[in-house]
Amino acid sequence: MSDDLQALRAETAELLAAAADLRAWDAVRVATLGRSGRLTGLLKGLGAVPAEQRKERGAALNRLKGELEAAIEARRLALEEAALDARLAAERLDVTLPPRPAAPAGEGGIHPISRTFEELVALFGAQGFSVAEGPDIESDWLNFSALNIPDHHPARQDHDTFYLPAGPDGRRPVLRTHTSPVQARTMLSQEPPIRVIVPGRTWRADHDATHSPMFHQVEGLVIDRHIHLGHLKGCLIDFLRAFFGIADLPVRFRASYFPFTEPSMEVDIGWNRKTGALGAGGDWLEILGSGMVHPKVLANCGLDPREWQGFAFGMGIERITMLKHGMPDLRPFYESDLRWLRHWASDPLSPPSLAEGV
Amino acid sequence: MKFPLSWLRAHLATEASLEIILATLNRIGLEVEGVEDRGAALAAFRIAHVVEAVQHPNADRLRALKVDPGDGKLLSVVCGAPNARAGMKGVVALPGAYIPGTGITLKRGEIRGVASEAMMLSAREMGLGDDHSGIVDLPEDTPLGESYVTWAGLDDPVIEISVTPNRGDALGVRGVARDLAAAGLGTLQPLPTPAVAPAYASPLRWEIADPRACDYVLGRAIRGLRNGPSPKWLQDWLVAIGQRPINALVDVTNLFTFGLGRPLHVFDVAKVKGGTLTMRMARAGEVLAALNGKEYALTPEDGVIADAAGPEALGGIIGGAPTGCDETTTECFIECALFDPVRIALSGRRHDIRTDARARFERGVDPALPPLALDLATELMIQLCGGEASEVAAAGTPPAWQRSATLRFERLAGLGGAEVPPDEAVGALERLGFTVEARDAAKVAVAIPSWRNDIAGCGALDQFPGLKPERARAAAEGCAVIEPEADLVEEVLRLRGLDAIPPVSLPTAGIVPPPALTPKQARAVLARRVLAARGMLDCVSFGFLEAKIAALFGATPETLHLENPIAADLDQMRPTPVASLALAAARSAARGWPDVALAELGAAYRDPSPEGQLAVAAGVRAGHTPRHWAEASRPVDAMDAKGDALAVLSALGVPMAALSVTADAPGFYHPGRSGVVRQGPKTVLATFGELHPKIRAALDIAGPAVAFEVFLDAVPEPKKRKKGAPDLPAFQPLRRDFAFLVDATVPAEALLRAARNADKALIADVMLFDRYAGDKLPEGKVSLAIQVTLQPREATLTDADIEAVAGKIVAAVVKATGAALRG
Repeated sequence: MSDDLQALRAETAELLAAAADLRAWDAVRVATLGRSGRLTGLLKGLGAVPAEQRKERGAALNRLKGELEAAIEARRLALEEAALDARLAAERLDVTLPPRPAAPAGEGGIHPISRTFEELVALFGAQGFSVAEGPDIESDWLNFSALNIPDHHPARQDHDTFYLPAGPDGRRPVLRTHTSPVQARTMLSQEPPIRVIVPGRTWRADHDATHSPMFHQVEGLVIDRHIHLGHLKGCLIDFLRAFFGIADLPVRFRASYFPFTEPSMEVDIGWNRKTGALGAGGDWLEILGSGMVHPKVLANCGLDPREWQGFAFGMGIERITMLKHGMPDLRPFYESDLRWLRHWASDPLSPPSLAEGV
Repeated sequence: MKFPLSWLRAHLATEASLEIILATLNRIGLEVEGVEDRGAALAAFRIAHVVEAVQHPNADRLRALKVDPGDGKLLSVVCGAPNARAGMKGVVALPGAYIPGTGITLKRGEIRGVASEAMMLSAREMGLGDDHSGIVDLPEDTPLGESYVTWAGLDDPVIEISVTPNRGDALGVRGVARDLAAAGLGTLQPLPTPAVAPAYASPLRWEIADPRACDYVLGRAIRGLRNGPSPKWLQDWLVAIGQRPINALVDVTNLFTFGLGRPLHVFDVAKVKGGTLTMRMARAGEVLAALNGKEYALTPEDGVIADAAGPEALGGIIGGAPTGCDETTTECFIECALFDPVRIALSGRRHDIRTDARARFERGVDPALPPLALDLATELMIQLCGGEASEVAAAGTPPAWQRSATLRFERLAGLGGAEVPPDEAVGALERLGFTVEARDAAKVAVAIPSWRNDIAGCGALDQFPGLKPERARAAAEGCAVIEPEADLVEEVLRLRGLDAIPPVSLPTAGIVPPPALTPKQARAVLARRVLAARGMLDCVSFGFLEAKIAALFGATPETLHLENPIAADLDQMRPTPVASLALAAARSAARGWPDVALAELGAAYRDPSPEGQLAVAAGVRAGHTPRHWAEASRPVDAMDAKGDALAVLSALGVPMAALSVTADAPGFYHPGRSGVVRQGPKTVLATFGELHPKIRAALDIAGPAVAFEVFLDAVPEPKKRKKGAPDLPAFQPLRRDFAFLVDATVPAEALLRAARNADKALIADVMLFDRYAGDKLPEGKVSLAIQVTLQPREATLTDADIEAVAGKIVAAVVKATGAALRG
């Protein structure tokens, strides 16, 4: 780079550093890149340069132009940042002041998923369940292996699992694909008898009109000495009829398969396919999966299946919520659109209560 | 899994109607996904006789027919078909019938003066193809008046069931038939016992070079065959289940795949290089040109069947194109092998190949069937293509699949809740193919049929590594005993139907159950209600969002970045729910609703450990308060957010007087208008403030926006102390106001605290009721006015008392804050 260009670069850098505010900065910009700026002048003078040197000098000028533009822009950002910091400092508010005695007026309300959570707690609570919880990010042992879903099991593929980068142990944590890992957590952390429900967030890599990558399930787990399949049926029928508020809601149990239960059952409720009304409509709607806890799951968690047995179930919270209220579309649940929220929200002063009705 | 009813009937002799069959399938765990009944739409159409066909008197292109629909009453039909003629047999639709090909319901009519009381149908009008050149012309001897659907064999509904991953045996029609027979729906037809006479030595031999690739394999050649199209019945079955008929040899292998759940493969002997087919693991760099037209780069974890030229099949998953059978094949070699289900599953997943063979091998095929299956296939291929069979080539040893299990009859009630007579239970097991080894009054021991690898299969346990050894051992021993028995209980119960088990309500310890929520869980629910009661809308939003947005709100460690996000804007676990709510506020503003109050009880993620997930009650308010005649609208500000946060903390039982506020809130807040609520020096309970202008700019929130977070995990459990008696002094309280001029940088809280502590016995309350800053005051000063409530307890205060305490208050405030009392 020839001397005059180097000088221009150095001098511009000095001027920029000296520019303490945006006005000074703009003066530097105009003096360098403006119509009669120094760099512009050099570019204009390129025509007068002897042909054999023109190419080289042209390239050098272009490089310099890029550098100067970048330096000028960087200085602008720095000055703006400083100006913002200064403005924000001047805008200081004494945050130790006591807040206003009342909140701004507005229509608040409880999200339908939260409402269903509370209804689940009330209805299963009445059957002696307590609520257990677990984290969203789980080891693959808790999410799969403990539940009798080994590595190669076809069910692992069906789950569309989200993975996080492998930890120090070389295993990739997963976003739990169901609330079932809390079964294992509970069995490992407390001695039976166990009677818990686990409402919570679950995640699967599936996104369309009827699937959301994050959704909610409620798991149920009962472990005791003499709990049998008849209790599972009774527990679910009691819940479903109370939840949907239909005393004679038809409930059907079909043999099925899940890796973590045996025998396994899918549970259908009666409805009318044409009208969508729940009850004795002649059609059946699959609503949840359930079964007696698989002996391998008990043994994986240190319980002797000769001594302990019980049942487990899992259902989709969005699904039962949509069915109960006749909500047509899954996607708006997570969009926080205040028009939708206002329409479907419930009154915080009227939480579910067995006395007042759920 | 799909099959036409006729295929099922080939294995199951039954009188049951389709409805009963479907209901039974659902009951026994073979869930019906759907039934496609092509014949149903055509049920009303009958075979008719055209008795007379004459030219229509008023139309050149029409004919007037007299048609006998089978009852001898002649109908007048006007017909435009060029092939309509007297004496022919065809298909007639009567008025009221729906014509699938035209979508019209037929009505009696009159066409140019001639009555038309029915309609003769073309194939297209029945929805059976494109032929519309004329009406259907049936053979002379077609039975008059019979249902066309029945005569044409279209009354063969196709049933689709979903087969659960444990039931490899039900991926064959025969397995389904066996289950239905066991459920009482008829009898399972015995398989034929073929007698194949070997005519020559096998031209190919097997070698198992690596037992990981294959345990056991049989093969046999057929020479002198002609490989043409397969017969109509076979083609019909394959078409009905969505398979494309290819040629007789290949179609027979498919017949076995779907009929017996036993995949076979046929090699063209002429195309196999060298005399040996080797079961081995693939070598790095080997490529298979598969029958589906794709090429697969194999790995040393894939088991292959190779000839001298290299891999010719990915064992148990897909065959290779170069050695496949086609119309030119004159000598074929049938492969019937057993593969490791796990290896098949992993290879299939690795290469993303979903074939019907893989689906069966990865669930496990009947290990005892290969000799019979090979004979049956040989016999059928010779029957269809001619030729003669070679001797059987074999390698490996048949696996030991024999297992037994014991069922204690009381377990049917003890585990299953069903009272089942022992004879019924044993009968059910026997119908499923179990054989009784020993039985007494209390229990039965049965041998498990070869095709039920799901029963007493005893896959390995994967016990929690932290279990005490004796506990782990006892649990494992218990499992080995109980699991096979549970398998048997399940078999007996599912055949009876689980609906038959009487429901029993859960026994409870008492009428009134203990609380379902822990105090901590109850606090979370309360926090949500408090915020909703403060006018906020409870939201539920995704816990992940775009990494770039997440970074605006806090740390975005790589350990919380999804490896396989479903969308680019859902790839990072969020550092705070405030991020999701701020995005929602921005979306709302873009829709024309800028004034929002959103709250969420959600998770913030700091790291992937369970402790790294925090339960946070968060909120965002944006825009302005409502316009109202009695109350002016104003922009939301940091004090609104502070009010929200403190309301939650107060409701959760936090002692409010002990809290302090510091100005070191996270970077997503305005640095001068945000605070951190602390209990003691270390415990951070909440943050609040205005959103940083840079955040608002990045999210496109034009108006004011404030936020807060309450960290529910950090809120201590309230002390369970009984409340003391209330403080109800007999003397009237006294209120005095003081105004101080103080540096604007002095926190109001410091002044209030100083006043409060000036005389703890007498001062009941201190309240800031005015704050003024403006031109009337010196630069950098504010006026803070407080009301102090004095509560005498022993006697009414004298002027001197009041004077003294006022002096104490002023002195304390001046000392603590450098303030000056305003005159």
